[in-house]
Amino acid sequence: MDPTIILAAGVASGTVLLFAAVGEIFAERAGVINLGVEGMMLIGAVVAFGTAVATGNPWLGLVLGTLAGGLLSVLHAVITISFQAEQIVSGLALTFLGTGLARVLGENLSKAGAIALLPTLTIPGLAAVPAIGPILFTDQSVLVYVGYVVVPIAWYWINRTRPGLHLRAVGESPTAADTLGVDVYRLRYAYVIVGGLFAGLAGATITLAISPGWFGDLTVNGQGWIAIAIVIFAQWGVGRAAFGAYAFAAIQRMLIDIQGPQELFGFPNPFYVNHSLTFFLGMVPYILIIAVLVAVSGEAIRKRIGAPTALGIPYVRGERGH
Amino acid sequence: MTTQAPAGRPGRADSLLPWAIRLERRLEVPRWLPVMTTIGAVIVALAISGVILWIAGGDPIQIFVHILRSSFGSLGVLSDTLVMATPLILTGLACALAFRMRLWNIGAEGQFLMGAWGASAVVLVPIVPAGTPSIITIPVMMAAGMLVGAAYGAIPGILKAFRGVNEIIVTLMLNYVAALWLAYWVNGPWSEGGFQLTAQFPKEAWLPRLSDFSAAFPAFSGLTVHLGLVFGLVAAILVRFLLFRSRRGYEIRLIGDSPRAARYAGINVARNTVIVFALSGALAGLAGMSEVSGVVHRLQQAISPGYGFTAIIVAYIAKLHPYGVIVAAIAFGALILAGREIQPSGIPAMIQGIILFCLIASEVVLRYRVRVERRVA
Amino acid sequence: MTPEPVIPEPPLAVEMRGIVKRFPGVVANDGVDFDLRAGEVHALLGENGAGKSTLMNVLDGLYRADAGEILVFGRRVEFRSPRDAIAAGLGMVHQHFALVPTQTVTENILIGLARPRFRLDAGRYDDEIADLARLHGLAVDPRARIWQLSVGEQQRVEILKMLYRGARILILDEPTAVLAPQEAADLFRTLRSMVAGGASVVFISHKLAEVARIADRVTVMRRGKVTAAAIPSAATTTAGLARLMVDREVLETIERTPSSAGPVVLAMRDVEAESDRGLPALRGVSLDVRSGEILGVAGVAGNGQSELAQVLTGLRRCSAGSITVNAVEVGNKTPRDTIVQHVAHVPEDRTGVGTAPNLSVADNLIMKCYRDAPVARRWSIDTGAVRRFANRLRETYSIAAPSVDTEVRLLSGGNLQRLILAREIASAPRLLVAVQPTRGLDVGAIATVHRLLLDQRHAGSATILISEDLDEILALADRVAVIYEGRLVGLYDAAEADIGEIGLRMTGGATPPVAEPGAPLVSVA
Repeated sequence: MDPTIILAAGVASGTVLLFAAVGEIFAERAGVINLGVEGMMLIGAVVAFGTAVATGNPWLGLVLGTLAGGLLSVLHAVITISFQAEQIVSGLALTFLGTGLARVLGENLSKAGAIALLPTLTIPGLAAVPAIGPILFTDQSVLVYVGYVVVPIAWYWINRTRPGLHLRAVGESPTAADTLGVDVYRLRYAYVIVGGLFAGLAGATITLAISPGWFGDLTVNGQGWIAIAIVIFAQWGVGRAAFGAYAFAAIQRMLIDIQGPQELFGFPNPFYVNHSLTFFLGMVPYILIIAVLVAVSGEAIRKRIGAPTALGIPYVRGERGH
Repeated sequence: MTTQAPAGRPGRADSLLPWAIRLERRLEVPRWLPVMTTIGAVIVALAISGVILWIAGGDPIQIFVHILRSSFGSLGVLSDTLVMATPLILTGLACALAFRMRLWNIGAEGQFLMGAWGASAVVLVPIVPAGTPSIITIPVMMAAGMLVGAAYGAIPGILKAFRGVNEIIVTLMLNYVAALWLAYWVNGPWSEGGFQLTAQFPKEAWLPRLSDFSAAFPAFSGLTVHLGLVFGLVAAILVRFLLFRSRRGYEIRLIGDSPRAARYAGINVARNTVIVFALSGALAGLAGMSEVSGVVHRLQQAISPGYGFTAIIVAYIAKLHPYGVIVAAIAFGALILAGREIQPSGIPAMIQGIILFCLIASEVVLRYRVRVERRVA
Repeated sequence: MTPEPVIPEPPLAVEMRGIVKRFPGVVANDGVDFDLRAGEVHALLGENGAGKSTLMNVLDGLYRADAGEILVFGRRVEFRSPRDAIAAGLGMVHQHFALVPTQTVTENILIGLARPRFRLDAGRYDDEIADLARLHGLAVDPRARIWQLSVGEQQRVEILKMLYRGARILILDEPTAVLAPQEAADLFRTLRSMVAGGASVVFISHKLAEVARIADRVTVMRRGKVTAAAIPSAATTTAGLARLMVDREVLETIERTPSSAGPVVLAMRDVEAESDRGLPALRGVSLDVRSGEILGVAGVAGNGQSELAQVLTGLRRCSAGSITVNAVEVGNKTPRDTIVQHVAHVPEDRTGVGTAPNLSVADNLIMKCYRDAPVARRWSIDTGAVRRFANRLRETYSIAAPSVDTEVRLLSGGNLQRLILAREIASAPRLLVAVQPTRGLDVGAIATVHRLLLDQRHAGSATILISEDLDEILALADRVAVIYEGRLVGLYDAAEADIGEIGLRMTGGATPPVAEPGAPLVSVA
């Protein structure tokens, strides 16, 4: 129950959630909700791992895993943007498809041996900084450092650039953007695919860095859904999403560590004694997500903030109504 | 500066041919079109799945024939198919009812598990003393399953109704919680001999099967179709009555079409949200009860191969109509039954995803119509 | 005899020849010719549904014409989108603004432009835009977010958007529909100065009175065709224009029995309420409406009208004050409670609130009475009774639909409003709350709605008519109240109402608008 270890692990696993959440933020800010994150992460995970097993090159696995997620999201984009189908159902279908496809592709991978992982890094000067050095900059995977950089870049893109202005306009008032010549369809396609790429990256991060190995559906085990919940918690802001991702992952790690020691703060550890109680520990993350959503909903009602206005609504260039 | 239109965008003419292919909004939808579109979508989906199976090294025709034979080929397998379909009918109804009001109940799986748990508690705690005749035990188990399912379904309903919390995430999270809850009881207090299952239920807690009557009707021997099927059929009739002939059903349909109009009409949307979620949970809970009481006769961790998720597709294929749910549930029961033998094991899930995609893509046909016109130069 | 000096024709900014545009079921433009001279204000006149907006949408690149050609400054053009039109110097301001409410004025103006290339430094552009605004007399704060602005200010942003892109041809679609008389006068001043600077303006309107004031030439359309092309406005009379717009006797003669108001039905005392944004929307409103009378509430959009209707029908809480119908409190009750008290509501939003688009005509007609006999039985709904009820209403109110099973989204605006009125009136209301009942309807439907409202008045209902159309209020109401910034700032008997005074009140007491001599109080709306 060492706080440094827990927080460091939180930052590491949290990177997975972070990538998935940031990708989903891009898609949702453009007005398209993609519930297929779990499926895309599984695809990214299995393709990345399988490639690394087959070729021995984890970097190639990373690239292909990311692309695989993006490829799957194209399906969602076509169905929801060009065919204007219900986005929620399309996302669920994508989850089914991605899950099934990943099972198929990963058929023989669970028996695969150890693979070369992506390198981990320790940054010399920063690692010595008291308190945060050992957590953030010591012995973390390169992808974790990528995560640190992704957050400010994403924030800047969305809030301080012209393309970001168009992204926000498309998600808030596609009609306004359209009449001014912004290609709503093309932008939505682009950002849905960006979301897919990030989800694939998140999956690859799991199997190439954080928890290497292929364990079927359990490889991702609901983290895609948690990422979507984090997007809501973050009220569609990347900084807050990062905080949510890291914090949640740290809590998950803590719940695991709590089961180990015989004594907990001087008292006998109930989870050590009665193993079946650990199932309740397993519930905590999921209940926590629900609690967080409830808390945020109160805030949203109070401050009258919320989702991008056009989220979930297919855009149809206005035709003559009645 | 010109803008390039991506392919498939409604309203854009194809500039290469001498004809213009236009998509224009439909003014009317012929009655037969939704059914035809659904059938067409399923056929397209099966064709795509066939291609994928072929790529995976199988023989699609042979596989489909095998599916048909091992689901409908004889009375025995037909019975097995119906057993598979029974929980799908009930969970399919649960999803259809909720979706009618645009409540995305993805938690039918969790509500199913909790219903199974509740029904098992009647026997395992025990709430009803051992040896109590079936005529009492079974209805109590039904009530327990439905009540627990309803309560579990009411949770996301209340959160959505009064706080606007996204029900998709809540129901999904509750699925995981339910599975862990079940795991605790099955591994802990109710564990039989340290294994991951409970003691077998006494005979009074078993739903009657056709094979129980094989003494009087020899043809029934070996048929495991159980009373749960009747639950499903009766539930479908009741749900249909509810939706189309009752005041509550009118309110549900109105809210589903336009929540703002419903509020304007004086309907209490919040209360209906909770009620419909609870009803949905009750149906799924009853499915759980029927599975442990009619098939497995004990509680164990793996009592659902994803019924709650397949139910979503069943409801969608049925276009949210209760009678359609029965047909779709039987079809998917067959798919799951036969799918167990298909290698690799992910293929049935993929097929489900493909079917759902084709279904929602096909709805564009209901909104637009293709017109081919000769271009004026 | 001295020879007439030859006045060279001003160049044509826009020429549209033989424009045809079809939609499913209707030909919106049927071989229309239209031209716009440089430096003129050209009014495009017609009733709702005549095809004027469609024609301009074709010009602006939003629609593609099925036939015909367009020339801009002498060059043949084929616009594939509004962006092409803007590039050619054309800018259109629509009735429904295309603005992003959560973004600032500057951000809205910058959307879609090639500059800034990548980095968005709003501050620099704020000043540029403030200067442009000042130059054209369109004062607005570039840093404000759209949702914070009044409707008139938002319109200025729309115009600025076009001017910033160098538009030399401005198309305005019903711009004064959302403005008070004073603001309309300001707009006209701005347009005149733009035109003096060389710009050209097309002004779409259905209001005869203002056309005479602002336009140099007038083109009249009716049912997709041009009935009068480019007449100099000086040569027109209101009656003549009206006859060109409609093919029957024009001035709607509203016959009204003299007012015989009975006891007070609706009593509001010091009602306060907040808007969705948490800002005060109603600040101490007190009024009475009696049975057998129509109280008109006049005002520019966004001054509390929506909130007023909502507190009366249970759709919004009031933070203070009381509302009683026949002495029963209905303030802060549920919509159901108000329905039980026989408060009927014809809402602003026909398609989003007043009806459920994918349900049938019958299902929509029973929205208010599905719990009561004869439609409801003990446990169920009597489908036979529903059909009988629906068919009866369909005939009585001439709702044009193939059957009562038709889905309501297929109905035209006029029929939709007939359906809503049929339903509300069938509930025997004691208080009828009607909000913008004739917005977007053609003349026939407008006349029907007015007649139904007057029938209700005659039958003894108390009616509160909230409308942005001052002409409509003056035609129908017994008394007129003016709402401004959530307060009632004037209450007049209709007979003594002075349009200038009312206009003054509508804008909070600014300098009175120039009264148009001889303009009829009753006109084709």
